Amino acid sequence: MSALVLSESLGTTVRQPLMRATGVSKSYGDTIGCLDVSFTLHPGEVIGVVGESGSGKSTLLNVLSAQLPPDAGTVEYDLRHRGMSDIFRLSEPDRRRLMRTDWGIVHQNPRDGLRMDVSAGGNVGERLMAIGARHYGEIRAEGLDWLAKVELDASRVDDKPKTFSGGMQQRLQIARNLVTRPRLIFMDEPTGGLDVSVQARLLDLLRGLVRELGIAAIVVTHDLAVVRLLADRLMVMRHGRVVEEGLTDQVLDDPHHPYTQLLVSSVLQV
Amino acid sequence: MNAVAKKASWDEAYNFAYLDEQTKRMIRRALLKAVAIPGYQVPFGGREMPLAYGWGTGGMQVTASVIGPSDTLKVIDQGADDTTNAVSIRRFFKRVAGVATTEATEEASVIQTRHRIPEKPLKEGQVLVYQVPQPEPLRKLEPRETETRKMHGYAEYGLMHVRLYEDISRFGHIATTYSYPVMVNGRYVMSPSPIPKFDNPKMENNKAIQLFGAGREKRIYAIPPYTRVKSLDFDDHPFEVQRWPQACALCGARNSYLDEVVLDDKGGRMFVCSDTHFCADRQEKGHRGPMAADPAARAFARSSETSEQKEDDGR
Repeated sequence: MSALVLSESLGTTVRQPLMRATGVSKSYGDTIGCLDVSFTLHPGEVIGVVGESGSGKSTLLNVLSAQLPPDAGTVEYDLRHRGMSDIFRLSEPDRRRLMRTDWGIVHQNPRDGLRMDVSAGGNVGERLMAIGARHYGEIRAEGLDWLAKVELDASRVDDKPKTFSGGMQQRLQIARNLVTRPRLIFMDEPTGGLDVSVQARLLDLLRGLVRELGIAAIVVTHDLAVVRLLADRLMVMRHGRVVEEGLTDQVLDDPHHPYTQLLVSSVLQV
Repeated sequence: MNAVAKKASWDEAYNFAYLDEQTKRMIRRALLKAVAIPGYQVPFGGREMPLAYGWGTGGMQVTASVIGPSDTLKVIDQGADDTTNAVSIRRFFKRVAGVATTEATEEASVIQTRHRIPEKPLKEGQVLVYQVPQPEPLRKLEPRETETRKMHGYAEYGLMHVRLYEDISRFGHIATTYSYPVMVNGRYVMSPSPIPKFDNPKMENNKAIQLFGAGREKRIYAIPPYTRVKSLDFDDHPFEVQRWPQACALCGARNSYLDEVVLDDKGGRMFVCSDTHFCADRQEKGHRGPMAADPAARAFARSSETSEQKEDDGR
């Protein structure tokens, strides 16, 4: 709703949304994962989802990225050839193709998103080969190009990710996801487990790439600094529900819900 | 059938060809499905065989299911008819099925093989049975069976090229020399069992039926006669087979797959055809290689000529 108001107030034309979630709920038995979450994401927009551990952020992300079917509600995505379609009604091969071409998923733990015993170049090239690239020279050139974009040294192209530091693995994971020029990436705690200076560089890089390539993103994190830097809009989750949402600066500078106020005031100011 | 039953030429303590009729029927059903969907891995209820996994239990079960009393069996191991595995399996079927055995490729109606396809082109009506240790070509890259099944089902074979990419990035060329993945009939990626990639082109449009049995993994797959079989490659790194600068030391062949044999501890060595029948046949026809007169080389050649004799002595 706020995005619509925003785009109208800026005098731009109303664009087609990229993804629309309506009443998404998922519970594990009696335990609520997420409850009645609805939002609309537009192309190039970055939405941050914050909340403490167990608030249902990761469940929501798993549902949105088609890794977990919801109990209720729909997730629609603007497919390139079919327009808005319910991603859980797609056939499995179509959904898998969507996930490895038009989407990217950056996992919190790079081990979940990388093939640790395949070289960095092979990791970046995998998606290209999956969509039919069969020219070694071109795949390698593209791989090197992407390593440079995520500030990895080209001389490491044939090294395996297990020899990389945590920050490098995370950047490699990003390169591997962006190589097919996705329109939407899902990020689960992209800076988790990294030290502060590495976090800062990664965020800088992510912000640059997202802006430069016009990629929409859904970023789940418990770190308010991450969303402050990356996200246009913010959803605050608690006990599986979205308790507050709005423009990032607005939510963080003028939190309305008591829980958001608590969250914002808990951040240590240095 | 009656005539056969009257003069049972096999050890009657066993059912014909060792396996019971129900099991053979079950395996034949799996084989029919495999032939109908070239390259698709059909699960089957693999049985215990009287030898260890890894020694050809899958191939033996397939052979036992397709062989009849009038068949002639040839068994090769690494191209040779006289190695332990080949001799044992041949003797096994001689005993439990009473079939005639041969070392001559052209005389055999069923050929069970490990690691090689005979050099001599196969004919219509022949059956080539491969022993397969690992039927899943994607296994090294994707350990989850649920996932590899989906990948086969949706023909998502990008990962296979990642393996070849890794080869080129490490060695500058595709360094996979055996078990080189192939695309069968434009649909299924298949592991050709650990044959050298030298033999891959022989699978394409072969006149014989090619059956693959994996005993430990309990999978059967097949290539029917005259089927397209393409070895995977990159546009700028096309598929190539091995070549040797030498000719076979014994028979002088230049177009066969050569094994390196160490002759002594002074650096003496020779390259000889791995297909022993092919080599012996050529020597009989008067072809001579550069070392054909060498006593050490002759000693090696003689041991393969007398294998059938030794086998009979052993019984």
